[in-house]
This record gives sequence, structure tokens and C-alpha cells, in this order.
Amino acid sequence: MPIHTASTVHADDASADDTPVVRTSIYVYEAPLRAWHWINALALAVLAVTGYFIGSPPPSVPGEASDSFLFGYIRFIHFTTGYVLAIGWLVRIYWAFVGNHHAHQLFVFPFWRRDYWNGVIWEASWYAFMRRDPKKYVGHNPLAHFMMFWLFMFGMFFMIITGFAMYGEAAGIDSWQYALFGWVFDIFPNSQTVHTWHHLGMWGFVIYSILHVYAVVHDDILSRQSMISTMISGERMFKDNRDD
Amino acid sequence: MPAGTESFYDVIRRQGISRRNFMRFCSLTAASLGLGPAFVPRIASAMETKPRIPVIWMHGLECTCCSESFIRSAHPLVKDVVLSMISLDYDDTIMAAAGHQAEEILEQVRTTHKGGYILAVEGNPPLKDGGIHCLPGGRPFVDKLTEMAADSMAVVAWGSCASWGCVQAARPNPTQATPVDKVVTGKPVIKVPGCPPIAEVMTGVLTYVLTFDRLPALDRQGRPKMFYSQRIHDKCYRRPHFDAGQFVEQWDDDGARKGFCLYKMGCKGPTTYNACSTVRWNDGVSFPIQSGHGCIGCSEDAFWDNGPFYARLSDINAFPVEGNADTIGGTVAAVAGGAVAAHAAVSIVKRAAEKKDHDTE
Repeated sequence: MPIHTASTVHADDASADDTPVVRTSIYVYEAPLRAWHWINALALAVLAVTGYFIGSPPPSVPGEASDSFLFGYIRFIHFTTGYVLAIGWLVRIYWAFVGNHHAHQLFVFPFWRRDYWNGVIWEASWYAFMRRDPKKYVGHNPLAHFMMFWLFMFGMFFMIITGFAMYGEAAGIDSWQYALFGWVFDIFPNSQTVHTWHHLGMWGFVIYSILHVYAVVHDDILSRQSMISTMISGERMFKDNRDD
Repeated sequence: MPAGTESFYDVIRRQGISRRNFMRFCSLTAASLGLGPAFVPRIASAMETKPRIPVIWMHGLECTCCSESFIRSAHPLVKDVVLSMISLDYDDTIMAAAGHQAEEILEQVRTTHKGGYILAVEGNPPLKDGGIHCLPGGRPFVDKLTEMAADSMAVVAWGSCASWGCVQAARPNPTQATPVDKVVTGKPVIKVPGCPPIAEVMTGVLTYVLTFDRLPALDRQGRPKMFYSQRIHDKCYRRPHFDAGQFVEQWDDDGARKGFCLYKMGCKGPTTYNACSTVRWNDGVSFPIQSGHGCIGCSEDAFWDNGPFYARLSDINAFPVEGNADTIGGTVAAVAGGAVAAHAAVSIVKRAAEKKDHDTE
């Protein structure tokens, strides 16, 4: 069998078993958005792990207090990563305005559009094995859009706001963090309640991540379009050219 | 009670200080404030004419722990506060008068010192069933409270009962015990939470009002900033153990003996605003963490529903199931993971079946 290089591969090489198709590809996710996605994913992972340890600290360190700073480092990593996440989120919001028209999908929910809700039902019934094929979408599919908007987008705002409010407590009531986010304590007067809900928010993101990772792997294999490589190259590739 | 308008000068003379010494005090005060000799008679005049502020101390649904704390104040001594600084015209727990005589005082002060007295409230009014669950002097406390508050200069909410509701407001709050600031409107309410508040914090708030003739700066919750702007944790002497990661794991372990941080034992110091770790209790002798027990957060809103006291993660009451963030979140995450695995399995089987159909066609 000869080794094929790019210049020697032709559609003619396809055997009878292969099904040659011309594949359409659309550039969806621009570079800053893709960079934000992966930085954000990493930050969420670090925040979840350090956050869990802040709620349930590792076993007590022996020796003199002056010799260790373990819990201090765990909290430092959590706070620093929190800043990375928050600044990234600001950049992401900015990109929603200046990026291409897919960039603001995360922040806009087409609540009043009938075709959107029909799409949600279509995708849900596909996931429930009631349909053979899903529809093709350049951006998020309607079901993914639903999760992104209600779970991810609001989750991000909730975690950043409550996180900075608690950071402001340590920074002091004359800090800018407290000035900007201290109103959280008008809603939850007891800081312990804010801690509890922030911790529950962490679990929200764990659950979100399970569903998100599964859905992209599942869709990458079974849907009619590319998923994982799209967030790496930005190109959305469609596996067929049927009109639906 | 007209006798309540005794001036500071009267009190000073009553305590055996001569007029000559009083004038010397005024001269020294003027000098130390950098004021000229012309101010000496003005200071003397102020001391002679300025009346002591009348204080009405009312008790609603409460346990009197605030009063118990108050009478242990060391700086200033409570005898100086009660006998010299304020004119405590009414306090049904410690006053000599009783019955109709006592109740008459309320009406007297309300009319003779309209807008000039401080209303100190210990406990809170229960609102359920028209307030019949607290009837001091035969009338619903909520009525007496709003009536006395309407003509006061300011209201001081003593303790967590008056500030937040405290244990009588714990779920499901059968008597609908309600914090004072939710009932009193149109008057400044100073919250001095704690169960009880620290004695020196209580007398300190009163001293501030008397000395400067204005209310202390309050934070967004209505607490005096000078005592409630930092958490116990921020000034805790065990804080270095927290940063080092040195925790008490069990009540009788080595860490407990060495005085490690009580975070894992449920200490609420990191979420509690109070002055315990700086002012301490009983003339600065100790405070809960110093005696080896975590803070239970008694000066915080809903501390009574944020249990357990001995676990870092609080139980969540918002859901029909019991558990903390980890048990609830972990359970849902496990369900999501199981659902994903099941979905993947069905997808694989279905895909394989389709392929088989396709091949046999």
C-alpha cells in the first residue's frame, strides 16, 4: 500500500465502502473566544478543587504555625484564579459586543421565538432516542443554548459576585470589592449563607461540566457536525449537506 | 419624670466633688482641647445645663441575657453609666417601681421628653395573632414598642433578638417574632447584635451617643462600625494556625491541646462580625475561642438556623431534603454522572444495532 501524501490523495482514492462527501466548514469561534474557553475551563477546575478544600480542609499540618502556610496557599490560589476567571469573564462580555454574531449567543435568550422552542423539543427528543437525526446548527443547538444561558451564564455571574463579596469581607469594608459587591449582604445578611450558596454553586459547575463534556463527546460522534475540534480550530464542520 | 432632667453638674456635685474642683476640671478640659480661657465658662455652662439623656429600656420576647451582660460592664463601670451618664427612667427588670407606677413612667417620659429620649429594646415583638404572645403590663409588646418608638430620638436594638429575631424566630417561627427594625419605622435603629452583646460594646454605644450627641456611624446592616466592621476571624489570635493549615480535628486531640484553629470544628469566626476577639468578655478575661470552643456566630442573622454549630458546612434548609452543600451537590452530581453513563450505554447499543441493520440491508 503506497503512502499517501496530501498531493496524492484524491477523491478517486475512496473505496466503494467509503462514502465520499463534500464537507462544508464555517468559521464560528474566533481566537479570543477559544482562548477564553480553555482558560475558563482550567480556572473552573482549579477553583472547584481549591474551593472544595476551603470547605473541607486537608488533614492538619504538624509543627510550628510559622513553618507552614498550607491553607494560606490554597486560599491564595483560589483567589488568584478567581481573578483570572473574573477578568476573563469581563473580556468575554466585551467580546460579545465586538466579536462575530455567534459571540453574543451566550448572553441572549430567544424566549419569545416559537422556532427556538421547537428546536429545544427536537433536540431533547433526539437525546431521548426518539429521533434518528438531530438538526444542524452553526452555533449552539437550542438545548445547549438553554443550558448555556440558564446554568452557565447565570452561574458565572453568581459565583463571581458572591466570590468577590466574600473576598471584600477579608479586604475590609473600605475596600473596592466591598463597595462593589457588599450589596450581596443586603440579600443574605449572614455571610455563612453566602458561603453555603457559593459552595452549592461549585457543585452546580461540577454538574454542568459532567453534562457539557458528555454532550460534546456524544455530539462529536453522533450529531451531524463537529464539536470538540470546533473549540480548538474555530471551524464548524458539517458531516452532510442535507438541507434537514 | 421631671427629676430625670438632672444635669451632669448635679451628678458631679452629688458624688462629692466641690464647685472649685469642677471649675478646675473645666479649665483643664478647655486647655487640653486647645481652647482659650473664654471657653471655660461655656464648658461649665454646658455641664451645668445639659440634661442627662433619658433612656427607656423595654423588654419583649427575650431571655434578659443582654441585661445580664450589661451589668457586667467594666469600662465604663455600669454603675457610672446608670447612675451618672444616662437617666435610666424605665427598665421593668431592675427598676424599683412596679405595676401601675412603673407603667405611668412610660407615659410621663413620652410626653415630657418627646423626641429626646433613647428607646433601648431588649427582645423583639411577636406579631402573630395581634401580638398576644408577649403581653408586658397587659398590652401587646408590639403596640407599646411602636408607641414609645414614635416619640423617641433613636432606638437601640439590644442583642440578636431585637436585631435579627434570634432563637424565638428560628424556623418555623411560631409566634412570628420580628426584629425591631422591621416594626419601627421613621426612627434610626442602632443594632447591637450578639447573644448577648459584649458589655463594653453596649455601654460603649451609649457613651458615644452621650459624649458626641450623635449616633455612631452604622454599617449597611445598621450595626455600629466601631464594633462590628471586622469579623472575629480577622483579629483572632489563632489565625496563624488557620493560615498554616493547623486545625483541631477532634475535641480531645493534640491540636485542641495546642490551641490550633477551630475551623473544622465549626467555628463561625470567619463569618461573624463582632468585637469578641479584641474586646473579649468579663473585663477582657477571655472569649469562646480562647476557651477552646468555636464561635457559634451569635451576633449574625439566622445563626440559629445555620447549624450545626460543630461543622464547617452549614445545613441547607431551602430544599425538602436534609444535608449540607456537599451532600446535596454530591448527590445531584452522582445522579448526573449516572444518567450520562446510562445515556452513553444506550447510545452505543443503539448505534451498534443501527450499523447491524445497515450491514444486513
